[in-house]
Amino acid sequence: MSRLILRRLAIGVPTLLIIITLSFFMMRLAPGGPFDQERPLPPEIRRNVEKAYHLDESLVQQYLRYLGGLLQADFGPSYRTKDFTVGQLLVQGAPASFKVGGLAVLLATVLGLLAGIVAALRHNSWADYSVMGLAMVGIAIPSFVMAPLLSLIFGVYLAWLPAGGWGNGALPFLILPVVSLALPQVAQVARLARGAMIEQLNANYVRTARAKGLRERLVLLRHALPGAMLPVVSYLGPMTAALVTGSVVVETIFSIPGIGRYFVQAALNRDYTVVMGVVIVYACLIIVLNLIVDLLYGLIDPKVRTV
Amino acid sequence: MQSRRLRAIGISAALALLAWAGGAPLPAQAEMVYRIATMGEPKSLDPHFVSGTWENYVVGDAFMGLLTDAADAKPIPGAAESWTISDDGLTYTFKIRDHTWSDGVPVTADDFVFSFQRILDPKLAAEYASLLYPIKNAEAYNTGKLTDPNQLGVRALDPKTLEIKLEGPTGYFLELMTHYTAWPVPKHAIEKFGADWIKPGNFVGNGPFTIVEWTPNAQIVAVKNPKFYDAANVKLDKVIYYPDEDRNAVTKRFRAGEIDLADDFASEQIDFLKRELPNETKIAPYLGTYYYVVNVTRKPFDNPAVRRALSLAIERDAITGKVLKTGEIPAYGVVPPGTGDWGDGYQPEWAKLSYPERVAEAKSLLKQAGYGPDNPLKLELSYNTSENHKRIAVAVQSMWKQLGVQAELVNREVKVHYDVMKENQFDIARAAWVADYNDPQDFLYLLETRTGVQNYGRYSNPEFDQLMRAQGQERDAAARLDVMKQAERIAMSEDAWLPIYYYVSKNLLSQKVEGYETNTKQVHRSRWVSIKE
Repeated sequence: MSRLILRRLAIGVPTLLIIITLSFFMMRLAPGGPFDQERPLPPEIRRNVEKAYHLDESLVQQYLRYLGGLLQADFGPSYRTKDFTVGQLLVQGAPASFKVGGLAVLLATVLGLLAGIVAALRHNSWADYSVMGLAMVGIAIPSFVMAPLLSLIFGVYLAWLPAGGWGNGALPFLILPVVSLALPQVAQVARLARGAMIEQLNANYVRTARAKGLRERLVLLRHALPGAMLPVVSYLGPMTAALVTGSVVVETIFSIPGIGRYFVQAALNRDYTVVMGVVIVYACLIIVLNLIVDLLYGLIDPKVRTV
Repeated sequence: MQSRRLRAIGISAALALLAWAGGAPLPAQAEMVYRIATMGEPKSLDPHFVSGTWENYVVGDAFMGLLTDAADAKPIPGAAESWTISDDGLTYTFKIRDHTWSDGVPVTADDFVFSFQRILDPKLAAEYASLLYPIKNAEAYNTGKLTDPNQLGVRALDPKTLEIKLEGPTGYFLELMTHYTAWPVPKHAIEKFGADWIKPGNFVGNGPFTIVEWTPNAQIVAVKNPKFYDAANVKLDKVIYYPDEDRNAVTKRFRAGEIDLADDFASEQIDFLKRELPNETKIAPYLGTYYYVVNVTRKPFDNPAVRRALSLAIERDAITGKVLKTGEIPAYGVVPPGTGDWGDGYQPEWAKLSYPERVAEAKSLLKQAGYGPDNPLKLELSYNTSENHKRIAVAVQSMWKQLGVQAELVNREVKVHYDVMKENQFDIARAAWVADYNDPQDFLYLLETRTGVQNYGRYSNPEFDQLMRAQGQERDAAARLDVMKQAERIAMSEDAWLPIYYYVSKNLLSQKVEGYETNTKQVHRSRWVSIKE
């Protein structure tokens, strides 16, 4: 087990380096720079600004300087947010994204599994059809429709919850963003869980368990459920990465100060260092989450454990 | 018994949760809080690094220049209680008001000398320093041709007297002193904290409010500065600024009562807002011009007749009335009406013609230039990504189609768009300009030859340039205005731009807010505002 972890982390480092290198150079291919604005800078001032940020050096020099900074955990200055470094922005923004995303993962997994299992047990009944119908609707409605709708209903018309804002992460401010982030995922998880569960319920070993006279609850919980969890667990990795790193849409619509919003603002402003910072956080998360998923696999599936 | 106890526990848990969720308990005496949604995250709260209207909201409540903005944005005495101007208009002597920074240290003429030297220091690389070039030697020092800051035309005659010498009589100089580039920054705090002086905790300002919290992308909080010279007349206890780039989200939060003033709303919501929130929707003329710039270095756009034909065929009323519908004013000139003492905007003779007459005239002009059904004029019309820019471009495309002009629409992301314009790589492109200070010169300079890359179409006319130089030397305000009107007439007689409309500001204002006045500068200082319960 620990060898697996070590090996995977060892592969993670070059992967990260490739990601950093590619995004660093690709970003610079985009026309325009962080200091282009409508009232152009006098050339002398522009030179001074670029010098202050080392933008006058060759790309390779800048790249090496950036890597050197990273080794010292220095993500560099932000070009557009002068009073904060990229590190400070990430420390400020990541917890907001993690909080909303983490709660959404939890909600999506619990609700999705429950709905999926209920649908599987009542296979081809009205309960199955209605759960799966709702799931299809959930998948089909994108969050940029769902989020404003929820905000309008619960924030403006009913005034039960804030229509937007962060409120330092207090619960009422979290509910709508978490729900709008989780809904499409609930549906996905439910579909996966239902399909896997139906398959397991028809499997030979479940039939054997039933033939032995085991109580239905035991058959379900001990035999069928672990098998049904597998596709859900493998989906959990990418889903968590996607939700936790901040949904641009949901963060923008609810004015959440998360890193997803930084990412888009920074890309539009050519704030190279902020884009890089978010990319690195994102890449690290995916590497770690994939590792966790593999470890979970080992716990659930005996076939993987022996490898 | 047991179930009832459980229920009691449940209820108290819920209450505890609610209390936790609601944050701090209500204060004994309700604070007067004003909540503003601005258009985005400030780049900095240091006035020397500010460059946008969204930053001006915040920084303008925390600092005060020699002159400052009244509720209607007219310049009034600020850090200077009075001033005198020399007969040649080149020397301004300001009497600094007896007042202190928010930490109690007196504001002196030295602070102003320090501030002007700081923002013009080439090493600071302040992006907006060029606005101060009317000050003697400012440009030379800022661009490194002069290295001694004491050569700048700014000096302290005594702690309460500041003298500023100018390069030429600058008609708008007092107006310029209300601009953030001219605001004082605290020498003592900057020497103590360096770049961190602007951080909450270290922050020192001389304005009505003091910044106490800044959470990027979430909120900035400022509280009343009890040391402000006019604190007795400041009614608010606290101002919260929410930076938000999504106008639809802001409108929803406004409707939910979470915001008192929302800067701008999405145009497509105008019908809804006028119906549902008629008293809250504030639309006012704004100092901005939306125009299509023509690249006069490319054939056939070097031919004024072709430019005239294209301008004739743009039905401005249809664009403002049917496409935008937010009260924008059809534009035929460079300078928006209401800029300084400008009065009405420029109206060419042909604007009086009926639209069919204009189209007929345009067709004949194009025919003379050698274009017709067999040889249609083909061009590229570029705009930056935005729903409104697209709708206007599509409308103009179809208006030009009647002339047989085949316009291909090219959409680019904003940074790329402006890059292409500065490099002069376009036929016709969408552009806009919003005034930095309330003076016609701030629009007309865009067409001067010496403006360089920001004169996107590279329009160049010696007579125009000559008039613009003359206005810089003219002392008499009325005569100066005349010179600039003449200059605009020349540029428009040659259709250097195809102006489309003059901007309006679009705000949502809660009916609880008192003391707010709409104005063409769209500058709204919180010190004039109060909230009625």
